[in-house]
Amino acid sequence: MSILVNKNTKVITQGITGATGLFHTRGAVEYGTQMVGGVTPGKGGTEVDGIPIFNTVAEAVEKTGANASVIYVAPPFAADAIMEAVDAELDLVICITEGIPVLDMVKVKRYMEGKKTLLVGPNCPGVITPGECKIGIMPGYIHTPGKVGIVSRSGTLTYEAVHQTSTRGIGQSTAVGIGGDPVKGMEFIDVLKMFNEDPDTEAVIMIGEIGGTAEEEAAEWIAANMKKPVVGFIGGQTAPPGKRMGHAGAIISGGKGTAAEKIAKLEECGVRVAKTPAVIGETLVELLTEKGMLDKVLNK
Amino acid sequence: MNIHEYQGKEILKQYGVKVPEGRVAFTVEEAVEAAKELGTQVVVVKAQIHAGGRGKAGGVKVAKNLDEARTYAQEILGKVLVTHQTGPEGKEVKRLLIEQGCDIKKEYYVGVVVDRATGSVVMMASEEGGTEIEEVAAHSPEKIFKEIIDPVTGLNAFQARRLAYAINIPKELINKAAKFMMSLYQAFVDKDASIAEINPLVVTGDGEVMALDAKLNFDSNALYRHPDIVALRDLDEEDEKEIEASKFDLSYIALDGNIGCMVNGAGLAMATMDIVKFYGGDPANFLDVGGGATEEKVTEAFKIILRDEKVKGIFVNIFGGIMKCDVIANGVVNAAKQIKLDKPLVVRLEGTNVDLGKKILNESGLNIVAAESMADGAEKIVALVK
Repeated sequence: MSILVNKNTKVITQGITGATGLFHTRGAVEYGTQMVGGVTPGKGGTEVDGIPIFNTVAEAVEKTGANASVIYVAPPFAADAIMEAVDAELDLVICITEGIPVLDMVKVKRYMEGKKTLLVGPNCPGVITPGECKIGIMPGYIHTPGKVGIVSRSGTLTYEAVHQTSTRGIGQSTAVGIGGDPVKGMEFIDVLKMFNEDPDTEAVIMIGEIGGTAEEEAAEWIAANMKKPVVGFIGGQTAPPGKRMGHAGAIISGGKGTAAEKIAKLEECGVRVAKTPAVIGETLVELLTEKGMLDKVLNK
Repeated sequence: MNIHEYQGKEILKQYGVKVPEGRVAFTVEEAVEAAKELGTQVVVVKAQIHAGGRGKAGGVKVAKNLDEARTYAQEILGKVLVTHQTGPEGKEVKRLLIEQGCDIKKEYYVGVVVDRATGSVVMMASEEGGTEIEEVAAHSPEKIFKEIIDPVTGLNAFQARRLAYAINIPKELINKAAKFMMSLYQAFVDKDASIAEINPLVVTGDGEVMALDAKLNFDSNALYRHPDIVALRDLDEEDEKEIEASKFDLSYIALDGNIGCMVNGAGLAMATMDIVKFYGGDPANFLDVGGGATEEKVTEAFKIILRDEKVKGIFVNIFGGIMKCDVIANGVVNAAKQIKLDKPLVVRLEGTNVDLGKKILNESGLNIVAAESMADGAEKIVALVK
């Protein structure tokens, strides 16, 4: 089992004829993901690598039975692409695009109210259920199927966590990059809830960073609801206030969103926080050993 | 992207937000000329830098006549202002705003921001104007009122009135204050601002509701659709190395330490600074070379890091996912040769083709220290710069 995506997920790529969209669509196909179609307005009726291209998402869904989409559309058009996917009633939309104006995302959030579609991203690496389905830009080969769920605001730190678990013989149930933008789709809590209910996820790694209060809210939710052990890490402990650290969402402003506050809150709520980004895997092993659960997550 | 107060006020004026009459001045003569043109007895001489706290640092003076206006302009122009937002090195004042004085009855605060928790634009208002809103938030949060704004309707009149009543605007001025807030919101969304702060908003003796100060910050992701805002950029206010980095699509932030860091991915770049600090070092910068770290980008990144004279060594930390480690290793080696790097360089590579990448580094003939892990790399560079 897993969350969000699995071997039955049928995916279309919005922006499939762009260089990035095509490159990562091929990567997904190689990994074994069911890539059933693509959308590029004006190129409907053609195909790439045998994958049919449609002018609209609605048509792609009707013809292919897709239930998820991944978006590589350029920033000025990405918000519209998300709304088109939501309108077509896909279960899941994953938006990789970085650099979408935040007020566009405010409109998207409003548009999605009351709709069934879940959004992951934007500005994220995507979602992978190892061995079954890879949607996004993450390197597939570092992952191994297993029982640890990973949720993160950062792409490369997700890879670090994956690598540090895989090399210790611990696989992942699903790894979800929720993205580094201030206004986005799924938040930590939404993903944690799913991991909590997933029978095949035994433990969770949650990677946050400075800015906002999503980690604090997640910590409180964990204290009240989480049945599984959680290891945390917060990036940006040395970041000065008022400077945006790459991600649009990673900024300490108005005295809020510091790493120290987040770490304190997580620890207070029972999350084991890794001291450095190099010991995320080690910290997980320690915690699970203490709980007598290590056997449950080691790959057989 | 930040702009100056006088530029912000000009934008707000176009939207019907009332601001004091004012002129920008780059020289003392222009300042005196501006004061004459404004025609009021009292003018305010305000330093224009991209940082708050100017008043406390002596960058805002009230002149009661033209002679005083000249004296203050001479005093402030060219002065280095040190405020809580400039850092210890301060900022040199190169522009002044000369403004009509006004009869202030009371000061308030109004701000517009994008709220992450609700995914909406929120307007905040407080009766405690003039002071820093962070302090009000810390000491008396009950004095800050908020309205969450639906992007479909915008800020509704009733919401604006509710805020105006809540912060005790005099009742004969409620409608003027509400109109002020609605205009401010419209400017915010039309121009893709990320922060619009009016502190203070004032009510005056002659019954006006005015923005005495204006701090506008814009979403850099949306600048492509606002050439008028891009034109207001003042490069004097930005770090030279950060400007250079932005030309090559590198995300660079200058810091105070001596270990230059080059990393792929914003999260890993932040975490790399953290781990350098953890092992007792001090990062000189944040630098994200992005997912597609080409040789050209790596070379430029080295150059930018080395422009900072404080840098004593460089730590490269790359998790090659889609990017292959051998490609990155070649980039690092060629870049180091091209710029004749003579400072310690520690490289940690992980990911696709990692062994090949390490081999390239080892056989390069350069003094490159290969690290086994992120922690190992951080420890090594810290030891090398000591």
